[in-house]
Amino acid sequence: MATTDAATAAPKKRSLLRADAAQKLLAFSALILIFIFFSLASPFFRTPDNISSILVATAVNGVLALGVTFVIITAGIDLSVGTVMTLSAVMTGVAVTNQGLPVPVGIVVGLLTGTTAGLLSGLMIARMKIPPFIATLGMMMIARGLSLVISGVKPIYFNDTPGFRDIMMGSVVGAVIPGFSVPNAVFILFGASLVAAFILGKTVLGRYAVAIGSNEEATRLSGVNVANWKTAIYALGGAFSGLAGVMIASRLNSAQPALGIGYELEAIAAVVIGGTSLSGGEGTILGTLIGALIISTLTNGLRILSVPQEWQMVITGVIVVLAVYLDIIRRRGR
Amino acid sequence: MKTHKVLFVLMAMLVVFALAAGCAAPAATTTDTSSATTAPATGSDAAAKPYIPVISKGFQHQFWQAVKAGSEQAAADLNVDITFEGPETEAMVDKQYEMLQAAIAKNPAAICFAAVDSKAMVPLLEEAKTKGIPIIGFDSGVDSDIPLATAATDNIAAAALAADKMAELIGDSGKVAVLVHDQTSRTGIDRRDGFLNRMAEAHPNVEIVNVDYGAGDQLKSTDLAKAVIQANPDLKGYFGANEGSIIGVLNAVKELGKEGQIVVIGYDSGQQQIDAINSGAEAGAITQNPVGIGYKCVEAAVKAINGETLDKVIDTGFFWYDKTNIDSDQIKPLLYQ
Repeated sequence: MATTDAATAAPKKRSLLRADAAQKLLAFSALILIFIFFSLASPFFRTPDNISSILVATAVNGVLALGVTFVIITAGIDLSVGTVMTLSAVMTGVAVTNQGLPVPVGIVVGLLTGTTAGLLSGLMIARMKIPPFIATLGMMMIARGLSLVISGVKPIYFNDTPGFRDIMMGSVVGAVIPGFSVPNAVFILFGASLVAAFILGKTVLGRYAVAIGSNEEATRLSGVNVANWKTAIYALGGAFSGLAGVMIASRLNSAQPALGIGYELEAIAAVVIGGTSLSGGEGTILGTLIGALIISTLTNGLRILSVPQEWQMVITGVIVVLAVYLDIIRRRGR
Repeated sequence: MKTHKVLFVLMAMLVVFALAAGCAAPAATTTDTSSATTAPATGSDAAAKPYIPVISKGFQHQFWQAVKAGSEQAAADLNVDITFEGPETEAMVDKQYEMLQAAIAKNPAAICFAAVDSKAMVPLLEEAKTKGIPIIGFDSGVDSDIPLATAATDNIAAAALAADKMAELIGDSGKVAVLVHDQTSRTGIDRRDGFLNRMAEAHPNVEIVNVDYGAGDQLKSTDLAKAVIQANPDLKGYFGANEGSIIGVLNAVKELGKEGQIVVIGYDSGQQQIDAINSGAEAGAITQNPVGIGYKCVEAAVKAINGETLDKVIDTGFFWYDKTNIDSDQIKPLLYQ
């Protein structure tokens, strides 16, 4: 008996590995195909400057999507990331411009604002048992309202802090290697992705996120304090929104209090295209990064080709549906 | 249990803070809805000031804040009560419908109204008409016979002026791109068509390469404009049809290091745009008179209450401004930060 078990288990495990690899490969090859298509269609698409533009355009949505990935892996959802990002940007503006605090303090204030909002969402979900959709919907509105109230419905500018814009648009690498002036935004995106991949793959927090998403009850019964870990995961997601808030404030050299609506859906789309399952239990950071890149590459390429924007929405929508459908087929085949 | 308590305290604090802030905002205006709800439609009762709800298309943008300031000024000058409200985005037709419905239910002396979608509002406007409540349109106004007057910028003529200035600055030939806030609102359509039609009529050598829509979102507008500039290395000019759009164009030009190589023309004002014009990154912009729009619509409403006849169209004017006249007495009061 034992031998047959082992015999059946071995190929199953191998096909599972192959299937995961196939999913990652699928998203990656989709990105490559889109890239090749646009490169052939327009010589302006493949210029180094434009590729840098695409990467910079991915930065804010990509970082938001990193945070959402953790939440979706637990089979939860976070609708508040866009407006929490805006609230964090506003708080950074209050700290740096209104209070005249140093930029690093402003960055910490932004990160803490995001983390606090995420923590509150997490407590509502884990302790008060409010469904994630509702709790984060509430947080989305609360953050939006507070952004407007705190800013007095006015943008906060960073004109008195000339270095602030350089957080995103300066180039530390360009200063070291002349002629390779890739904006910091790109490295912040990749750096944040590495941190996220480390947390998901190598820490207890990441392991428990996957476990909670696979089977919350079983995880609880095996002695894990699910409520605490869930709260921590939402707080982590909030921290990424806070980082995105600092990033968007730097890029626009201002905290724009009316921004943020719709950003949560774009982030969720990136996560889903990247192969993270909305039913929880699995997902990768690399997939999310590729998903975010697919969205911004499409946006940029279709603009370069002057395709009417209405169609761009249709195309992105079709890709989201296709990505999820392929995921379902893959599961059924397992 | 302990975390529960902490959480409840935190939530309670949030709610209290939000409520306090929410109450503080209307209190700062000249509103007094409680006494105004019973104001007679004729407004002749001296005991209660006539109540005029002003329902705009938004409140978050600096432009609407300037309109609000103008209407509050008129309310103070003309001794009436107003409330100023608007939906969060210009796509929220249903929300504005509810606001108008609630305003009519209070039986006010008159209503100032800028429709996000005129056709959707017709039933309510008919209701107001039967109840004898005068309607005054402002900004995009109302596409119907019901409003007694509309205080607005002639956006088509204003955008045509932008087109003329653009043609002049690029030597009447070359590629120009256009970034608009949306393809459905009256102002979006009028500014786009006013610009494009004027170019087609008077400046046939100017080629329009792209018309894009950035929803007035500064970040999206930046990335859109970047792609367009990358795709057209010989682009000579860029027109942004509202504040959010033009900030996107300015960011894109800056990020690509093309300052001074592309003639940038904008719309409205705001601190970033004013700075860009002073620094030379932006050639100039069209400004409306938002304070005037707010003032004139309330003024027209008061005239309507007093039974005076009104001109159907109250042109609140528009002006071209650039580095040379930005600090002039004529322009400076029209600009908001």
